[in-house]
Amino acid sequence: MSEPLMDYDEAMERYDPVLGLEVHVELSTATKMFCACSNQFGDEPNTNTCPVCLGLPGALPVVNGSAVEAAIRIGLALNCQIAQWCRFARKNYFYPDMTKNFQTSQYDEPIAFDGSVEVELDGRPFAVPIERAHMEEDAGKLTHFGLSGRIQDADYSLIDYNRAGTPLIEIVTKPVFGAGADAPRVARAYVAMLRDLMKALGVSDVRMEQGSLRCDANVSLMPKGSVELGTRTETKNVNSLRSIERALTYEIRRQAAVLASGGKVRQETRHWHEEGFTSPGRSKEEAEDYRYFPEPDLPPVAPSREWVEQLRATLPEPPAERRKRLAAEWGFSALEMRDVVNADALDLVAETVEAGAGPQAARKWWMTDLARRANEAGVELAEVGVSPAQVAQLQELVEEGVVNDSLARKVLDGVVAGEGDPRQVVEARGLAVVSNDAVLEEAVEKAVAANADAAQKVRDGKQQAMGAIIGAVMRELGGKADAAKVRELIVKRL
Amino acid sequence: MALSAQEVERLAKLARIDLTPEELERLAPQLDLIISSVATVSEVAGEDVGVTTHAVELSNVFRDDVVGSSLSSEAALSGAPVAEDGRFRVPRILGEES
Repeated sequence: MSEPLMDYDEAMERYDPVLGLEVHVELSTATKMFCACSNQFGDEPNTNTCPVCLGLPGALPVVNGSAVEAAIRIGLALNCQIAQWCRFARKNYFYPDMTKNFQTSQYDEPIAFDGSVEVELDGRPFAVPIERAHMEEDAGKLTHFGLSGRIQDADYSLIDYNRAGTPLIEIVTKPVFGAGADAPRVARAYVAMLRDLMKALGVSDVRMEQGSLRCDANVSLMPKGSVELGTRTETKNVNSLRSIERALTYEIRRQAAVLASGGKVRQETRHWHEEGFTSPGRSKEEAEDYRYFPEPDLPPVAPSREWVEQLRATLPEPPAERRKRLAAEWGFSALEMRDVVNADALDLVAETVEAGAGPQAARKWWMTDLARRANEAGVELAEVGVSPAQVAQLQELVEEGVVNDSLARKVLDGVVAGEGDPRQVVEARGLAVVSNDAVLEEAVEKAVAANADAAQKVRDGKQQAMGAIIGAVMRELGGKADAAKVRELIVKRL
Repeated sequence: MALSAQEVERLAKLARIDLTPEELERLAPQLDLIISSVATVSEVAGEDVGVTTHAVELSNVFRDDVVGSSLSSEAALSGAPVAEDGRFRVPRILGEES
């Protein structure tokens, strides 16, 4: 399936990538955007529908005030202007994910526009300019049935309209210039920042795997030294942070190969495949004509400046300030903080500290053992299968002397395998260190007898010989002993 | 600016309405008349006349975010030509991946 690709470094020597990112955030309101149906993910199909979201004749929409409030807060958090007056618009298209044959959205009058946010990459800030954030409704969910479950082979599709009409905020960047070879990482950091910001605002679950945060990634290439924008492609179906970085890297390499061979990049929608490539979707040559027009069934939204200022006062601490504050509170060096941010572990460390662990211990778990596990499994750190509270409990067990470091790693195996919290795993797997002195002393006795040479060397003052005896005790006890305690007992014995 | 039959044909295609060449020829001048009538209204409205969105000037009509009653799945599906497994069933869809 793969098309010719240029080596990434070579592509970066010849071209400058320009990004454009469209992120859809599904709001976690109780009800849908324009009707009182429940906005609950995962309910039985077609149990949260009504005449409005099914588009039955004569049904009239009414705007969800909480969704407008969330939209304004999101706009303010993105440093946008908030419209004095704006309207909804109908985006007309024919596709069975919407029964009305239009999506209620906003067109040339978005509720928020002209903002900017900062992301941090390798400890340095990078400004991402925001074009707009607007309100719209989501569509129903289609499942295709046929040979492969892919639409090309589908015989028919089944539709669940529970999601139809649920509130979305679409956040669109202006063209992002100047990221250079870091462009895919900037895109990833931007979406991670949006996710954290939405979480801090409390407006969305931002679960990418459930689709409550979705990203369409646009990229084009400009030959070095040129000021003219190239033709862009829009890659959809990018459902994880890791995929954003991979999909953009792929598209940059593919477009570079097309341009270098004298070809032209086609303006089109492409689909990301987790196997590591994009494929062309519908070409945009026959540009869609959505025939937008102002929604006649909904009066305009005109947020008073007093309301906007009230909402501004409810904003959480801006991400850059929060990072600065946490680094100081935790006593992290600039390098430690940079690594934590780059690994997307800031919230995880913060939640682990909140759950009672020391900052350095929390950092150590997430940046070493858990980072390695996530990397090996090819998943995000947050999806590794261990929660911050569980990490804090594990650290507590270490500090209580119940487990040593190597036992702690076995405890993590159990937690990842879904065997429960660390304390339950210790209990079920019998992983606690042996604290019974009689048992320990017996093991020491045996080890000293079996390693008479080493014992004599220790008596003669050769401390490095101690290792052999400690090792023997550990083997005897299946690793379930506190090394310091064992050392103490050996010294006493000898 | 007169509306051509080609433009009407394009609009009809976008709206999924099948029109014969005769219908296109007949409808083009009619639609053109409607558009030019609206344009006349725009000429009359000066800078001091704001945008009229509704017959009754309203704004900020919001609903509290409280769950109300929904249809049962049976009721929701009662108008569907074909339903299966609690969902609406539609024939194979071409041209776009969802």
